[in-house]
Amino acid sequence: MTLKVDTPAPVGRTGPARSPGHRGSGRGGNGLARFDLRATPYFLVSPYFLLFTLFGLFPLGYTFWVSLHDWELAGDKTFLGIDNYVELIADGSFWNAVVNTVGIFVIATIPQLVMALLLANALNKRIRGRLFFRLGILLPLVTSVVAVAVVFTQLYGRDYGMINWFLGLFGVEAIEWQNQSWSAWIAIATMIDWRWTGYNAIILLAAMQTIPKDLYEAASLDGASPRRQFWQITVPMLRPTLIFVVFTSTIGGLTLFAEPVMFEGNPTMAGGATGQYQTVAMFIVKEGFRDFDMGYASAAAWMLFALILVGILINYSITRRIGGKK
Amino acid sequence: MLNNKRQGKLAAAAVMAVTALTIASCGSSEPSKPAADGGSASAAAEPVTITVHTFGGGNNFGYGEAVKKWNAEHPNIQVKHENLTDRFEDVYLPQLLQKLQAGSGTGDIVGIDEGAMGLMKARPQFFADLGQFGLESRKADFPAAKWDNGLNKDGKLFALGTDIGGMAMCYRKDLFEKAGLPSDREEVGKLWPDWNAFMETGKKFQAKVTDSKFLDGPNTLYNVILNQEAPKNGNIAYFDTSNQLVIDKNPAIKTAFDTVKSFSEAGLTAKLASFTNEWNAGTKKGAFAVMGCPAWMVGVIEGNAGEENKGNWDVAAVPGGSGNWGGSYLAIPAQSKHQKEAAEVLNYLTGKDGHVAAFQEANAFPSSLPAQQDPAVADKTNPFFNDAPVGKIFGASTQGLLPVFLGEKHAQVKTAAEKVLEGMDKGSIPYAEAWTKFIEAGTKAAG
Repeated sequence: MTLKVDTPAPVGRTGPARSPGHRGSGRGGNGLARFDLRATPYFLVSPYFLLFTLFGLFPLGYTFWVSLHDWELAGDKTFLGIDNYVELIADGSFWNAVVNTVGIFVIATIPQLVMALLLANALNKRIRGRLFFRLGILLPLVTSVVAVAVVFTQLYGRDYGMINWFLGLFGVEAIEWQNQSWSAWIAIATMIDWRWTGYNAIILLAAMQTIPKDLYEAASLDGASPRRQFWQITVPMLRPTLIFVVFTSTIGGLTLFAEPVMFEGNPTMAGGATGQYQTVAMFIVKEGFRDFDMGYASAAAWMLFALILVGILINYSITRRIGGKK
Repeated sequence: MLNNKRQGKLAAAAVMAVTALTIASCGSSEPSKPAADGGSASAAAEPVTITVHTFGGGNNFGYGEAVKKWNAEHPNIQVKHENLTDRFEDVYLPQLLQKLQAGSGTGDIVGIDEGAMGLMKARPQFFADLGQFGLESRKADFPAAKWDNGLNKDGKLFALGTDIGGMAMCYRKDLFEKAGLPSDREEVGKLWPDWNAFMETGKKFQAKVTDSKFLDGPNTLYNVILNQEAPKNGNIAYFDTSNQLVIDKNPAIKTAFDTVKSFSEAGLTAKLASFTNEWNAGTKKGAFAVMGCPAWMVGVIEGNAGEENKGNWDVAAVPGGSGNWGGSYLAIPAQSKHQKEAAEVLNYLTGKDGHVAAFQEANAFPSSLPAQQDPAVADKTNPFFNDAPVGKIFGASTQGLLPVFLGEKHAQVKTAAEKVLEGMDKGSIPYAEAWTKFIEAGTKAAG
């Protein structure tokens, strides 16, 4: 449509009934063309924003509205004000979920990003079968989260699990992985890492390839070792990408849901008998759809939103310093 | 540059795809509306389809044959039975509530477990009054306990009973023989007149057998005892009749808790939580020898244990007397467009024939009194369980049943409290702290 703007006489649009070349019709066509030029881009981007308003902004606002009520699923609704938030801040089981989420996030994400960085660096070198390896590390990403969790949960099974069998070879007694926080966190963290390390490595690899080669050449001439080149050139040049990767990992880690649910093996959302591995997302679903307290669940959802913002701010300030003498 | 161009094309394609999707979705929703309207307008002339939604593992409500028979006899009211899930509290119930709230999506008839009847009673706006279809006349068919639970808080009839869970113990005959215990069901019943004797039997069993445990886990034992004790303590469980939580005050709960704790401490449980994959596998592999067994559990065991275990399981009397665990109801959501026809189907399924068919198929023991007296129920034996006279055993355990009051949040409190029992049994909660944790969890779920 925009292409038509360039043609001088929009005859086709005005139709044969009017005399060709008439000034009035020309102006009308120009107006239309200008409108076309101005409005079309907005029209073309509008589907995203319409969908975002419908499925992003509206639920966000509505959730806040619900969070101000004692709102029972298919039941009574009474306005409370901020009571849900006050109760939530004093609720030990909410903070237990927060600790679990942050704990799993830390033991999953830090090794994951370090491994992704090292993997990306290795794959950036001239090695045999590079394409094969690059595709290979991305493979776990195409498996479904649930499939990953089901397989890993079986590996971590108490009686017939492979990991306990392997540990048994060294005389370790069968561990009930779901029983303690530490063991459950480790099990869940391995699921996350198995799936996402390759994804992050590929993103970092793409960023590494945009770093100008002459920087490395100059560094080599100056006698910098490959290790030094990695820390002094690669890592600082990756900073914007690292920030992106850290952001997405933070959001993913703090909204962790499918892996612990599958690890529990039933949809009660309790995360173990004492909530050893109940994440905040599970807490929200449990309150809303198991105990039918939608108001409280909505308040927890908003708290999670706030937590993610805080988490991103902290991580941003850490990542900014990476490799930086500035 | 090449990359940029590609991205541009990709983005354009994405935008167009989204636009196409929105247009398509708008388009598809429009023609469907008049069709739906037309359907309800000409309902009288055309055949009506009544959807029945239920839950449960194995043969669930056991409506396969009953529905076939009805459909053959009623060309104008066709029944479509859909069993949505095997889990009630954490899958079926939340979905049902969401559909009730949304005003669409439920079946014309829905199954409700007794645990959620308190919740549903408090929401009369969502269900059709069955009295307007003349179903009040069915009162004489049901024990008072079952009938009263189908009345909502306004005293209107909204649900009729399906099965009740009279109680017995299911045991592995082969494992009992291995332990040198009597394995005939009469003699097994005599081994345990009360729970102390049951404990002694367990210890004898465990002394001889090392690779299997005596009991499955905490849940079945707990529920059997709680449901025996509740009628002795004012017919209440977690809530008193004014819907106040009494989890810390009701002696029935404490007795059930303490008994489970003593079995767990004595190392007699296989530490398996009910209705989990491990528990299902344990039923098959003989990980335990005994489990608490309401009538419907017979169908569950049969489904989980599989053909190769035919004859290995048997049914014996329960220690400590009668009681009821579980059992369900059928109700008609107010959103149903064919309430009148649905009421006819509900009347059939909760009538004598429906009850008898369900017992034949899923061992769902009838709450209907005429069905209980029917020879097809009273004389029924179960070939999977060594031809155990299930009709007689479960019939005897439901005599003189009293109604136990279940509060509005019974299902939530039950789930939370039993979670603590599972944790205690598996060792993640120390025995000394378990009772405090148990009350805490229950209190939180009720709040």
